[in-house]
Amino acid sequence: MAEVEYRGENYEEQHVHTVYEQIASHFSSTRYKPWPIIERFLKELPAGSVGLDIGCGNGKYLAVNPSIFLVGSDRSHNLAEIAAQHQPHSVVVADILDLPHQPHCFDFAISIAVVHHLSTPERRVQAIRSIVESLKPGGKALVYVWALEQESSRRGWSEQDTQDVMVPWVMRGSKKDHGDRHEANGGHSHSSDKTFHRYYHLYRKGELEQDVHAADGCVIDAGYEKDNWWAIAEPTQR
Amino acid sequence: MKLLTLNFLTCARKTCKSTAAAFPLHPKEAELEQVEMDMNPLFITNMLPRLEWEAMKTLTTELGLPNLPAEPPSAEELADESGEPTQTLKDLHTLLMETSIASGKLVCGNCEHEYAVKEGIANFLLPSHMV
Repeated sequence: MAEVEYRGENYEEQHVHTVYEQIASHFSSTRYKPWPIIERFLKELPAGSVGLDIGCGNGKYLAVNPSIFLVGSDRSHNLAEIAAQHQPHSVVVADILDLPHQPHCFDFAISIAVVHHLSTPERRVQAIRSIVESLKPGGKALVYVWALEQESSRRGWSEQDTQDVMVPWVMRGSKKDHGDRHEANGGHSHSSDKTFHRYYHLYRKGELEQDVHAADGCVIDAGYEKDNWWAIAEPTQR
Repeated sequence: MKLLTLNFLTCARKTCKSTAAAFPLHPKEAELEQVEMDMNPLFITNMLPRLEWEAMKTLTTELGLPNLPAEPPSAEELADESGEPTQTLKDLHTLLMETSIASGKLVCGNCEHEYAVKEGIANFLLPSHMV
């Protein structure tokens, strides 16, 4: 259990935030295609809707619907800078647990592949609470997290595996300097490749819904798509 | 950072967030820039009812921009008889979408914490003792 105790803010600083800051531009160049369910969620919003993209990364979802207004936020300054290019939207640097927005103000929110980077159960529930709290009554949030159950992915995790993992991100060395890349190491890695590890909590079936409930949200729809669990949540009416 | 953003921002501290004094954040030593953007009349028309007009008035005054009218324009004032955008709508576009804070600070009126804006991006990360 000792390992679990030192998880928290400082752990995430080292194993999540610093990594994204370093891999930002390479990461961004691989993230350009919106996932269908998220695209549909954004496109179905009435024109003039105002919402948040919490942990917006390179802002690929800011490009989906130009007749809504999104304030994107990310913990990584380098990613926020890339995301800020998407008009008419806005991007700030902020932490999901300390969002600079008025509570109960927004029509919708999305938080895609973010909550799984929080390293304790309490912090994950707090993160979802932060998302749900930003919504007006009847406002909807779409949350995506990585699934433990992804036997068909190249990572091959399944139900028996541990849920707290370090996932490598390999930043390839410059191709120009290494024309013989395919010969070296079977083309998989190279001496100038750099590997970064990011912390993830892989969600089990049903766990995201549980966290939404614990965060005073109600789940109005949920499912599994390509190695991810997703849920659409509303604030619980009081 | 375009001025419209400030309509949707407040202090990141939990103790401030719900207080009236934290909104809007107050620009300090702000360098403004005009960032040209294509006008989308429907977008502006849709944003108008979302604006906290008193807050926008405070902001324009603090930034030394021309004063806004006492009351927000009505939807009818944004388009003329033929449906063309009026000067009122064009002015709102210029103010909300094109007028941007390039650098400076945003100050919370409740706790007085200052958030830095650099290269058009505001940073709301709190030092750990303030979380």
